[in-house]
Amino acid sequence: MEKVKCECGHVNPYGTYLCESCGKPLIEEKSKLANMRYEGVARRSQTYTRTFVDKIWNFFSSVKVGIWIIVVLLLTSSLGTLFPQEMYIPPGENATIYYEQEYGTLGKLYYQLGFHNLYSSWWYMLIIAALGISLVICSLDRVVPLHRALKTQRVTRHEAFLKRQRLFSQTDNAENIDEDMIKAESLLKEKRYKIRKENGNILAEKGRFSRWGPYVNHIGLIIFLIGGMLRFFPEMYLDEHVWVREGEQEVIGGTNGEYFLRNNEFMIELYDEEDEKYQPALERAGGPVVKTYQTSATLLRREAGGTIGSETELAEVKDHDIRVNDPLTFEGFSLYQVDYKLNELSSFTFTLESEEENTDLTDIQFEVDLNDPEDVYEFDNGYRIEILEYFPNFVIDDNREPTTINRIPDNPRIIFEVFPPEADPEEEQGELSLVGIQVNEPLNGENDYTIRMTDVDMVNVTGLTIRKDRTLPIISVGGFIFMIGLVQGSYWHHRRIWIQNRNGRLVLAGHANKNWHGLKKDFKYLSDQTTIPMPVDQSEESSEEENEGVNESHDPTQR
Amino acid sequence: MIQLSANMLYAAFFLYILSAVLFAVSITGSKFKNHKGEENNKAGLFGYTTAILAFAASLTYFVTRWIAVGYAPVSNMFEYTAALGIALGLAFVIIHPIYRNNYLGLFTMPVVMLIIAYASMFPREVQPLIPALQSHWLTIHVITTVLGQGILAIGFVAGLLYLIRVIDFKKTSKKVKGVEFIIYTLVATAAYIGLSFGFGAADYEANFAYINEQGNEAEVAYFLPPLIGPNEGELISEQGMSPLVEVPAFIRSNDLNTVVWSVLAGLLLYGLLRLVLRKPVGGAIQPFVKNVNPQTVDEMSYRAIAIGFPIFTLGGLIFAMIWAQIAWTRFWGWDPKEVWALITFLFYAAYLHLRLSRGWHGEKSAWLCVIGFALIMFNLIFVNLVIAGLHSYA
Repeated sequence: MEKVKCECGHVNPYGTYLCESCGKPLIEEKSKLANMRYEGVARRSQTYTRTFVDKIWNFFSSVKVGIWIIVVLLLTSSLGTLFPQEMYIPPGENATIYYEQEYGTLGKLYYQLGFHNLYSSWWYMLIIAALGISLVICSLDRVVPLHRALKTQRVTRHEAFLKRQRLFSQTDNAENIDEDMIKAESLLKEKRYKIRKENGNILAEKGRFSRWGPYVNHIGLIIFLIGGMLRFFPEMYLDEHVWVREGEQEVIGGTNGEYFLRNNEFMIELYDEEDEKYQPALERAGGPVVKTYQTSATLLRREAGGTIGSETELAEVKDHDIRVNDPLTFEGFSLYQVDYKLNELSSFTFTLESEEENTDLTDIQFEVDLNDPEDVYEFDNGYRIEILEYFPNFVIDDNREPTTINRIPDNPRIIFEVFPPEADPEEEQGELSLVGIQVNEPLNGENDYTIRMTDVDMVNVTGLTIRKDRTLPIISVGGFIFMIGLVQGSYWHHRRIWIQNRNGRLVLAGHANKNWHGLKKDFKYLSDQTTIPMPVDQSEESSEEENEGVNESHDPTQR
Repeated sequence: MIQLSANMLYAAFFLYILSAVLFAVSITGSKFKNHKGEENNKAGLFGYTTAILAFAASLTYFVTRWIAVGYAPVSNMFEYTAALGIALGLAFVIIHPIYRNNYLGLFTMPVVMLIIAYASMFPREVQPLIPALQSHWLTIHVITTVLGQGILAIGFVAGLLYLIRVIDFKKTSKKVKGVEFIIYTLVATAAYIGLSFGFGAADYEANFAYINEQGNEAEVAYFLPPLIGPNEGELISEQGMSPLVEVPAFIRSNDLNTVVWSVLAGLLLYGLLRLVLRKPVGGAIQPFVKNVNPQTVDEMSYRAIAIGFPIFTLGGLIFAMIWAQIAWTRFWGWDPKEVWALITFLFYAAYLHLRLSRGWHGEKSAWLCVIGFALIMFNLIFVNLVIAGLHSYA
């Protein structure tokens, strides 16, 4: 494509609206005011429209398309809050029936359309990807030429450029023009403008760096999105759960068996119902309110040289009270207090009783650890009790067979076999009985011996989430850059004031990318202290001509 | 201490009324003259001073309550909504010196009053903090968010001012209906406050025994006369009357009853206004704001949003994510409140990008400011009270 040479001598890329150097309009525009968006530079998207790549580029470089993507994302996101997402329905509920049962036909439709997992659906991901692409292309399309134009701009702008600025005025035969311009220079310096001079003309500029704000925040957003994407790669993200009983230790998943956690104590603290301060609120709540969930934990590490599976050589690393809002962290891992179970059965204590009165069985007392029962209990006086079967969580299954749901002793049943001293456990069968909470049944006829439960021990169990998220640093950096860009672009404004002496004619023009109010105030400051007049706001003039200055103010000069 | 803090909030409320009156005087009563015969209307200055005093009073409420309860008082609906009113008052105090626009004062003060009064309708007792809320991030996250929303709300007020200034109320149009609907919403909110306050002062309470969703017998209390009754409800208190209609068990009948009362009372009030004024309410306000420069108001609303947006983003998304990572093990979990904060963010982001295009300044932009504020209120009220989620603390 041909380059365009302006009369000032600067060579502009093809498609430039306003000469990058002097600002002379190179392409005629109808409106009275110059389109100052991106300084009238040639943007790739506006110039090349031939190839397939051009077309894709042009599509995503449009702010309008970008806004549409934002709006589509906004609308679809809102749909997902109509009913709870699958992860928030009550645990144990089956999504296939839950939505219909709970929310009727609409719920069924919601489920069938996949809205119960909307935010991880492929099409939601696609919208976010489109947003990311739009961010990259929109930014690149603008930032490069804009940077060049702002760098190339010269002090003496073409008069046609100045005339078409929103704030403009000219004074013929201005008196004390030289004096005023010297004074203006120092006044503007006072207002922290950067002054450049050329042939007696002034360009005062301030806050140009705010023009890069949007691009900086877009870079931050892209880094953020990339960080979010990395989660789907293995090793980047770990989300596991572990239950630890009081007094016990469990291996911490994801650490290759290197770290263990011991639960020293789990406790729940409630707010004192007698506390006057909280009484009305507690009454309204209608029940106790929890003050603290806390696991007093010790982090343990397998000593070097120890083999996997051997828990003997564990060294204490640190103690920490894990609470909500206060996880235990080490080497990028965090352990969070998320769940608990109070009073889980841990052991039963039994004695043996006999039908015959003269048998002394007082020595026989034994404890069965419900998480790790022994097979055989032998006693000095020759008695021997075996555990034939153990069902930690007993049920009768569909085949009418006794079985266990899992290894958690929520409903333990034990089948004992009792051998008195005279019996030979190898040859004979002992008396069988099924024992559990409030259950004690003989299984093979009348029993001479009865196993009696005398004590029950319970423990509290804490539920912890193990989390490792290597994407966090990237996401944090992205968020941080995003915030910097946002502040940079929002709290500073790019302002420029041109003052030119055209052979005794004073030409004045101003441009702000936002905050015209602030720019006008600066002009006011000038006009108060010099004979330089206030410039006229040409956008107000023009729109008032159109329709009394109200309904639509076509303001083509923004940014 | 709690009593002192409550009194300060009352004081702030009355100071806001005074400030609104003074701003009204500054606009309508510009005929005052000093002894030299020059026009000299200081009401605007007094209005602003009163607004500062009102803000100081509300800040005292905030600080004393903080001391009394022992945590930043932004933990439930009353505290948060009151904080939103205070933040809006603060945003006005900051923005007014830049633009010195008394009209903005006239429009902002009543909105602040309305928000503070609405806040007071929620239970105000000191609440014990549940473990998830016991963190310094409660202070950091919520206060930053509320400041951002307060500033964004200025955008709404300026947008509304713009619309009332420029819309032609002589013809019936969608725009007129839109503005009238906004005004109706404000009137209905006022009606709700009036009703709750009135019946509350009279200690009205009607109790029903009813059959709940699970098919069990339960009781429900009404603080407004029951028009809408619960499922198979039976009046068991002395006060009360038999309801006109009965709703199925899955609807919270007492809440629906309150909504119905507010809608009806709002309609009644609004109807009366129309009857007295004999034109759209916005059309009746318009002559008072005829001297407003639309372009200035447009820029004011834009500036408010440009200033508020980064603060809201910082508080409502970034600090929120940091806290969520600490308290809920993940920085983002698609909880309804999180999603609606994201939607609010996206909406204002779209607004800021639209400001780059031609034809989106002025009126269209004013409508967007109104919708943005509606989103904020939706996320505050509807998402907390109706859509259950992790953030339902009220």
